[in-house]
Amino acid sequence: MADFGGSDLEAFRTEVRDWISANFPASLKGKVNPMMREERSKPSADQEAWRKAMGETGWGVPTWPKEYGGGGLNSAQARVITQELGRAGAYNPIGGMGVMMFGPTLLEYGTEAQKQRHIPPIVKGEIQWCQGFSEPGAGSDLASLQTKAVDKGDHFEISGQKIWTSGAQFADWCFCLVRTDTAKKHEGISFVLFTMHQPGVEVRPIQLISGNSPFCETFFTGAIAKKEDLVGPLNGGWSIAKRLLQHERSGLSGAGGGGMFGQTKSLDELAKAYVGVDDQGRIADPDLRTRIINNLIDARAFQQTAFRAMAEAKGNSSPSAATSIMKNAGTRVFQDRAELTLEIMGHQGLGWEGEAFSADELSAVRGWLGGKATTIYGGSQEIQNNIISKRILGLPDLTQSK
Amino acid sequence: MAVLTEEQSMLKDAAKSWVQEKSPVSAFRKVRDSGVELGYDAKAWNEMAEMGWAGVIVPEEYGGSNFGYLSLGLILEETGRTLTASPLLASALGAASALILGGSDAQKSEWLPKIAEGAVIATLAVDEGPHHHPEKVATEFKGGKLTGKKTFVLEGMAANLLVVSAKGPDGIGLYLVKADDAGVKRQRLHLADSRGAANIEFSGAAAEPLSGGAATLEKTLDRARAGVAAEMLGAATQAFETTLDYLKTRVQFGQVIGSFQALQHRAAKMFTDLELSRSAVEAALTAIDNDSPDVAELVSLAKAKMGDTFHLVSNEMVQMHGGIGMTDAHDAGFYLKRARAAEAAFGNQAFHRDRYARIQGY
Repeated sequence: MADFGGSDLEAFRTEVRDWISANFPASLKGKVNPMMREERSKPSADQEAWRKAMGETGWGVPTWPKEYGGGGLNSAQARVITQELGRAGAYNPIGGMGVMMFGPTLLEYGTEAQKQRHIPPIVKGEIQWCQGFSEPGAGSDLASLQTKAVDKGDHFEISGQKIWTSGAQFADWCFCLVRTDTAKKHEGISFVLFTMHQPGVEVRPIQLISGNSPFCETFFTGAIAKKEDLVGPLNGGWSIAKRLLQHERSGLSGAGGGGMFGQTKSLDELAKAYVGVDDQGRIADPDLRTRIINNLIDARAFQQTAFRAMAEAKGNSSPSAATSIMKNAGTRVFQDRAELTLEIMGHQGLGWEGEAFSADELSAVRGWLGGKATTIYGGSQEIQNNIISKRILGLPDLTQSK
Repeated sequence: MAVLTEEQSMLKDAAKSWVQEKSPVSAFRKVRDSGVELGYDAKAWNEMAEMGWAGVIVPEEYGGSNFGYLSLGLILEETGRTLTASPLLASALGAASALILGGSDAQKSEWLPKIAEGAVIATLAVDEGPHHHPEKVATEFKGGKLTGKKTFVLEGMAANLLVVSAKGPDGIGLYLVKADDAGVKRQRLHLADSRGAANIEFSGAAAEPLSGGAATLEKTLDRARAGVAAEMLGAATQAFETTLDYLKTRVQFGQVIGSFQALQHRAAKMFTDLELSRSAVEAALTAIDNDSPDVAELVSLAKAKMGDTFHLVSNEMVQMHGGIGMTDAHDAGFYLKRARAAEAAFGNQAFHRDRYARIQGY
């Protein structure tokens, strides 16, 4: 078993625990991060205080370098923070796409000036980012994107349409893939940053089958990105985008462990409650029982793989080649669990709204529907399989996608 | 496709053209958006009834055409294609079957003609918890009165007549209760598939028994199960065809995505499962028409097989459409939601696999 630091780590744990109990407002216990929600525009005093306190310590992004406001900690210490937040029922107020995808990418590819300007507001939770990648005609074939950036001297003028822009309606800034050379495919793409608060940016939320609107269509008509906000070289955006997608996929695969979409009870607890038990205390429906066990075994193996990958990557902070395997494996476990939850709940797992259904039942249905997106976004299940086939298994590429 | 009689072919063609013209998926979307309590378009239902669809299994002396279950299944398959919501399944198939199987002459004369002309909506009230367990009945019939709670009653808000399972002096049986009885209280269910349904509480509601007890209940349920399976066959077939069209038109990487073998093989698997399911569903309906001794096992086979197929096809419909399939503006979500509700109705796959095993003696 790996040794994560022994007594020093325990001292650090005490420090974190004390700090959380001194700073985390009791009123927020068990609540979720308001950053990506409507209430973000009018946070409560406690929400604000908690965000600021976390932002000051840099512990919201524990492994980011100290010179940009991050925690400057190692991954063992970062885990301690996660564990202690969980223990206290506290959410990490520093989150969103700036933390998950854009920050790590900019730390790797940005200039010193870009990092100084854009990283600290992410660390403090002041700026929310959105991702301008997919377009109606460029989904799995992302590199066929058409949104254009025209050179206007000190700035680019951007025109086109993005789709599936998560949280665009709450975002302050956008990291965006644009076409700067129409003669080439992958080598004609640049990676630019611009504020969403400007004329020429229009956001329309898309209603999903789950009834909510976490994604948007985003229209640019002459939106402006300053030259200083071009990340990497002109026409060199594709390799940055691929790197960012690795961060995205490693963030999207964490489905094997905890209860996403607010399902706190385990499948076997749910099944015993809804389906009942036989005279030996086993889930009464043996067919269902077998399928629940398959899911639990898959979830456990997924978790074991995550730990193994972590141990193997120790000392190397970049995502490993296993990232793409993890997304398909994790989303399958998660979607299977959502299907099983619905089946376990039976007629009660078919509710849309109203008093005949409990909050858990309604959120199971919405979560099941919303969760269907996990094998589509961030590189679909099929694209992940292509990546595994081509990059890891060395099979021939017939689609010419890189 | 089963070999059809001339009458059946005409019925199927009529259903196909009416559904395409009068009841495309956009009509269901309108019903959903309107939030109407019935869960279906009353005007469309009138048209269906005028064409005689509510009387397909009803004997001629009670105002029906006596064309049988395969014929009604053909109509359900066509309406299922476009997710047409109507009391066809609950009333014209489920409740009508109970009356045909267990009704006295007087009961048949009173209710079947009205059901056949669509003027009365009748429905089965059988389940009492989150799962289909027709053998577990707490509702009681005593001294002409019915007391208990039923869940997930299809078209429960629209119904005028309820066919309720309850424990009586001779065990479990079916009872007729008028929905406007003072002892009947209904709670509307807002379901993900936007169909009409209700939980219903009976407190001393006046009830009269049908004959045949548990055997009538079981036979009635098998007819309803085969009917749901027929509807699912239509919906799954349409979901597949819509997806196939998308594979032939959506271009990525400079070619239609249907040119990728990974997707071709998944499409071929769905087609295979649909063909198998069609055989199972048609065999079950035919067995009912022939009053075969193996109705129960063929029905459980059909509901289990069809359920697995619709489950797969509805998931693949969303996945193969990608992002657009996740949007409410696209129809894929409707098929996905209807699939799970239909799977759960009158016993899901696990229930019917277990029942099939028991009938076979495994």
